[in-house]
Amino acid sequence: MFGQQLLEGLGAGAGYAALALALVLTYRFTGIVNFAQGELAMLATYVAWQLVVSGMPYWVALPVTVALAFAAGVLTERLVIRRLESGAGEVTLVVTTIGLYVLVNALATLVWTAALRAFPSPFPDSPPGLAALAAAGVAGAVLGALALVVRRTGLGLVMRAVAADARSARLSGVRVGRVLALGWGAAAAVGALSGVLLAPTLFLEPSMMTGVLVYAFAAATLGGFDSALGAVAGGLAVGVTETLAGTYLGFVGADLKIAVPLVIVVAVLLLRPQGLFGSAPVERA
Amino acid sequence: MRRVLLVLTLLLLTGCRADGGGAVLTGECAGQDGTGIDADHVKVGGIYPLSGPASAYAAVAQGASAYFAHLNRHGGVDGRRVEFLVRDDAYEPARAVEEARRLVLHERVFALFQTLGTPSTAAVREFAHRWKVPQVFVATGAAAWGAEAERRPWTIGFQPSYVAEARVYARYLAEELPHARVAVLYQNDDFGHELLDGFRRAIAGTSVRIVAERGYEVTDPGVQGQLANLAASKADVLLDVSTPKFAAQALAADAAMTGWNPLHILNGVAASPAVLQPVGYDKVQGVITAGFQKDPAAPEWADDPAVRTYLTALERYAPEADPGSQQVVFGWSAAEAFVKTLRRMRCPSREALRAAAHRLDDVRLGMLLPGITLSTGPGDAFPIEAEQLSRFEGERWVPFGRVIDTRAGPAGQ
Repeated sequence: MFGQQLLEGLGAGAGYAALALALVLTYRFTGIVNFAQGELAMLATYVAWQLVVSGMPYWVALPVTVALAFAAGVLTERLVIRRLESGAGEVTLVVTTIGLYVLVNALATLVWTAALRAFPSPFPDSPPGLAALAAAGVAGAVLGALALVVRRTGLGLVMRAVAADARSARLSGVRVGRVLALGWGAAAAVGALSGVLLAPTLFLEPSMMTGVLVYAFAAATLGGFDSALGAVAGGLAVGVTETLAGTYLGFVGADLKIAVPLVIVVAVLLLRPQGLFGSAPVERA
Repeated sequence: MRRVLLVLTLLLLTGCRADGGGAVLTGECAGQDGTGIDADHVKVGGIYPLSGPASAYAAVAQGASAYFAHLNRHGGVDGRRVEFLVRDDAYEPARAVEEARRLVLHERVFALFQTLGTPSTAAVREFAHRWKVPQVFVATGAAAWGAEAERRPWTIGFQPSYVAEARVYARYLAEELPHARVAVLYQNDDFGHELLDGFRRAIAGTSVRIVAERGYEVTDPGVQGQLANLAASKADVLLDVSTPKFAAQALAADAAMTGWNPLHILNGVAASPAVLQPVGYDKVQGVITAGFQKDPAAPEWADDPAVRTYLTALERYAPEADPGSQQVVFGWSAAEAFVKTLRRMRCPSREALRAAAHRLDDVRLGMLLPGITLSTGPGDAFPIEAEQLSRFEGERWVPFGRVIDTRAGPAGQ
């Protein structure tokens, strides 16, 4: 029984983790919190659904969708965010992402209506526990691949340089603009993955990612907003506590269940303001 | 010419008066309010979510409009054509009140026929009460419309309340599975609590027991965790009090769990093809729900004259609507009930409509299941209080057992 619930929690957590990872990527590269991350993921999931429904095999549709999401992320950065970045402050940018959130949601409702859609599961006949584990595995694999790129390649070095200090990087000859667009692209691609992972259990509809975004924020904050590993660990932790607290903490009940991960977040932040895996800001004296 | 001018001036004057009234009747109905109704017309307004998250319910307006169009073609109500104005509130109470204000004060409708959803209806109810405008056969299952009829007599419901629905399930379990152990999934809001509390009261005194209950918030992403929790109780029955999206998740999660196979009772709000089809018909076989309307697509009604009239009228007046949808049938039935209530008015006035709606005696409607009628009277402002259970078999709901009237018997009050 405990094992079953742990698996359920991990499965849900994998989806939260992927979206949290997308939030963290955008934040690390551009320094803003992208409120539209969940909606972009939902849009990508609709694209995947449309591809599968039109007859494309699942395992072909998945990489095609991720590639399309990557391109869409790059385009959003180039066409919308960059134009605002030069003149406006961070607050304007964040509000722009909220506008994007509303726009994307309305567009999806316009195109696909609010009707529920069944999204195919990659492992249709496996027991729910196994599917959850596989979802967690996919999230882990993506994190591993990202880590490899960031730590071991020249591109990764450039990305880290921009994330650490965009101005110095530019002075050293790095084309910062391209790297930023790349960051948005990577975030959108990871977000698309979170949507595709969650859709078989949540059912696809325009507000599918709205609730997930809250949990992803909790996960990213818990792990430390600038740590990719922290986002994944935070996502899994939030998924598991949320599921187990309902069963094993009798006094928590239905009303407080949603609060449990958030209480943990507050407790962690009181002790470690930078989050579990985040790095504390250091200023040279 | 002079007289026309005089009448026009009078009309303008009364139109500018802020009391919302205007046509005060004389004669045997002296003092009553005849706004929006004359010998040839009756003007009626309805408010539905034609856009926004709940826009699927716009189908109710299609059904109602089709009925009124069909009626007008066949002579209207006692010679009066029904002019039905449909407005959009996008499921937002504030917009619903604004639309009600426009309908009543600007369009000068005789009555509001239907508002949809508990939040919008509750908001408009206060407005209707203040302006003394009937708000008839609202499309929501909250028990408040009937229970608070003393304080808010201008508003009346239509469908069985969630409490009545809970009694139907409780009575079925007490008879068929007297020692049932029930796990409940419920939406943590007024809707969920009303059905759950109704069920709890209805099983008091029987050996049916609730062994586990888990709530969810409408803002939650999903209910998989709750289902895993409920499965731990090993209950025989799962009472699923959820709205469409969460119901689909719960049905899919229940089907996926091979170790737990409870009798799944799905509440009426979520028992539509839009929920069951995405889950997959093969996964929802044997699920039970309660209903009160005929299924126009069912073979047992293929030769039913009311169903044939309905299908022909739908094809002619609302070709874009899905005639098999229970929402469309609901709008059609409520409109028919409204027209029958109009016919029972003693005077052409708002007061008479209100009185007629509270004085229905076994009124039959074509699209209600046989044995289910509308009845109201002093102390009883709940028009429909009987339902029949259906089981999902193949690709549709198949009614079984007898009609369960929740008025009579120990569980009724």
